[in-house]
Amino acid sequence: MSKSKKNKLRGLLLGAGFVAIAAFIFTGCPSQQGMMDRGDAAQKVYVAPGDHDEYYGFFSGGYSGQLSVWGLPSARFLKVIPVFSQDPETGYGYSEETKPLLQTSYGFIPWDDSHHPHISQTDGDADGRWIFINGNNTPRIARIDLQTFETKEILELPNTGGNHASSFVTSNTEYVIGATRFSIPYEMDLDVPIDSYSDEFRGALSFIEVDPESGRMEMDFQILVPPYNYDLGRAGKGQSSDWVFFTTYNTEEAHTMLEINASRNDKDYIAAVNWKRAAELVREGRGTTMDAYYYHNYYEGNQGIAINDVKDQVTVLTPEDGQDFIYFLPTPKSPHGVDIDPTGEYIVAGGKLATVIPVHSFSRMLEAIENRDFDGNVENIPILNYDTTIAGEVQDPGLGPLHTEFDSRGYAYTSVYISSEIVKWSLDTFEVVDRIDAYYSIGHLMITGGDTKNPDDLYLVGLTKTAKDRYLPTGPKQNHPAQLYDISGDRMELLLDFPTIGEPHYAQAIRADKISGNVAQIYEIEDNDHPYAIDRINQNRVERDGDVVRVYMGSTRSHFRPDNIEGIKVGDTVYFHLTNLEQEWDVVHGIAIKGANNSEILVAPGQTKTMKWEPKRTGIYPFYCTAFCSALHQEMQGYVRVSAADSDVELTWKTGTN
Amino acid sequence: MKYLITIVAFMLMLLTIQACGNGEQSERSDASDTANGNELTDFELEHGFGPVTERLDIDEEIDMDKVAKGRNIYEMKCEMCHNMGSRMVGPPLGAITETRSPEFIMNFILNPSENVRKHPIGQALLREYMTEMPYQNVKEDEARAIVEYLRHYAETEL
Repeated sequence: MSKSKKNKLRGLLLGAGFVAIAAFIFTGCPSQQGMMDRGDAAQKVYVAPGDHDEYYGFFSGGYSGQLSVWGLPSARFLKVIPVFSQDPETGYGYSEETKPLLQTSYGFIPWDDSHHPHISQTDGDADGRWIFINGNNTPRIARIDLQTFETKEILELPNTGGNHASSFVTSNTEYVIGATRFSIPYEMDLDVPIDSYSDEFRGALSFIEVDPESGRMEMDFQILVPPYNYDLGRAGKGQSSDWVFFTTYNTEEAHTMLEINASRNDKDYIAAVNWKRAAELVREGRGTTMDAYYYHNYYEGNQGIAINDVKDQVTVLTPEDGQDFIYFLPTPKSPHGVDIDPTGEYIVAGGKLATVIPVHSFSRMLEAIENRDFDGNVENIPILNYDTTIAGEVQDPGLGPLHTEFDSRGYAYTSVYISSEIVKWSLDTFEVVDRIDAYYSIGHLMITGGDTKNPDDLYLVGLTKTAKDRYLPTGPKQNHPAQLYDISGDRMELLLDFPTIGEPHYAQAIRADKISGNVAQIYEIEDNDHPYAIDRINQNRVERDGDVVRVYMGSTRSHFRPDNIEGIKVGDTVYFHLTNLEQEWDVVHGIAIKGANNSEILVAPGQTKTMKWEPKRTGIYPFYCTAFCSALHQEMQGYVRVSAADSDVELTWKTGTN
Repeated sequence: MKYLITIVAFMLMLLTIQACGNGEQSERSDASDTANGNELTDFELEHGFGPVTERLDIDEEIDMDKVAKGRNIYEMKCEMCHNMGSRMVGPPLGAITETRSPEFIMNFILNPSENVRKHPIGQALLREYMTEMPYQNVKEDEARAIVEYLRHYAETEL
């Protein structure tokens, strides 16, 4: 280093020292808490404008029925992916392509309650190919493609009431699971007195096979189980990856006032299911085929109109079909969550009415099964001994422990609803080592990279149920919050508190680089297999077939073709099949027409979408582009002339010459 | 005394920098440096910016396979904005091969936004047509085929 540089450095250090002293004199010594809550925390969540977050966070929308996407740690809102509910912003559930996705055996349903997103896995790690999410009310599972961030498939679960313990995947996405929360008669559409609950009602655990290439789901089999409430599920990891676990409550078999009647027993169960063995039994033909009625909705090609594949049968396996694939682990008391640590050894229950967090040992469970160490059975399901399988109980976890996730350093983090806090405890000593407040009434929590065999240790997100005073007030009903905590140190530290959409019931976060490089920027025109697409503008046309008129329309900045259409009549059903011929990322066009009993339709570059319109009055109907696409966006418009039903105005269309 | 003044001045400077963020200016050089066209190479001036950086060896004789392929891509990705004989959203292209080099046409197709922003011809076109030519995800061999189609059009239709 040259002498002049040394002098400069010395001057710099001297100056910096003075500044520090000056700052200290002028502002005083900040409290450590203040430093942590303000400066330090802000720095940790700061992502500079134009820079990208380290993680994608996928938050369920709960009663919005959707899935929202966030950048973490900044908590930048990225988008809402419509899944189970219609979305007028994009036209999802309004366009002809997407309407079939919301068809069920009960007809078209514009809404559901989406609870547990789960990212597909390879070898126990999230692989970022797809994300699954359950529909709670009319039991369904959806698959969202993470190249396009669009819902591609929805499968209805037959003979199921309330698909809550869903949509968790096994270690290689062999299966995604579902279950009945509200037991109902398993036999299809059976009309019986509610008082016949114990005799006629049954639970069903669903095993949906996932095609490793396409992601396409198929209802492989259901397991018929006693009429309890099957609440949550998780797949095992590593040594336990052939198993899935479900919690039960209401082993009392109550069907009224469950608040009291289903809270009597000291212990309910965790159902441990060896899915691999169950699948083998099904392959050996041990199951039976029963009548069922359910919808499977998906796209056959890479674009097009979703189809409704209506199913009429389901394969059912009962515990009598083989006595070595399902067991009950007694667990205190009305357990809610069941969570498996990254090694696959510990099965942690959230006994929401229990005073401890029970931790079962997978290896002890296997040993007990090996030794036939059972304490009776229920409907041919062997019951294991609590004392044999339990590895430890976490004392004083707070009131109402619900859900647990894990870091890679041997610590577990449990959400505690009633006392509204997160407790961190050791998987070695089963002792609580740290606790921090949640605002307010925490349900699920998630750790970045969580529920995999390799969780990241950076952040935890708490998903809470009420905001109350946390933000500027927005009326009697406020949006649900989420809180971001730093868990990289010994103590948990609150970094950020932000409102979300709907009810962020559960969430998952994955390292951004596992997804971002694969995200599609356009739909390639050459690959558009939509039956009503045009792949060049000279194909634009209007065709009439009886009362049905199809407009094969193309768009580019800043016009539609055709944009003048005459010869439409009152009583016609008009389909605007709009192909966006742009091939540039994020150049979106939309279409809306006056008086349509429909939402607008947004069309991504290279995509074809269809808006249905049934004009009821004669007149001139303007249509226009709803997406601000260019400097001449305001010029992007057209007219349709609607004539009387008996008129003889010829069907014509044109673009370009006045 | 002089030393003290230096220190105080330095402190003030540091304080100022601290108060105003990290003081780092965003890089905006690519937009301004060449906007005046002064820094264009002769090749760029003649043949545009893009992946084609040297003259191509193009046979006098038209390659009809390329014409067919080029026509397909042209109809799919260009024709919604261009006519051959008259102005539409963009300029007419029937005689474009007579005024622009094949390399220029290819670079304009493959890299429209940079040519519109930085190249004097692109800038003039934007002033005239008020719409930036969009990127249409055309591959280099496809752009070459479009050139062949346009050459063939100019030879046979004009």
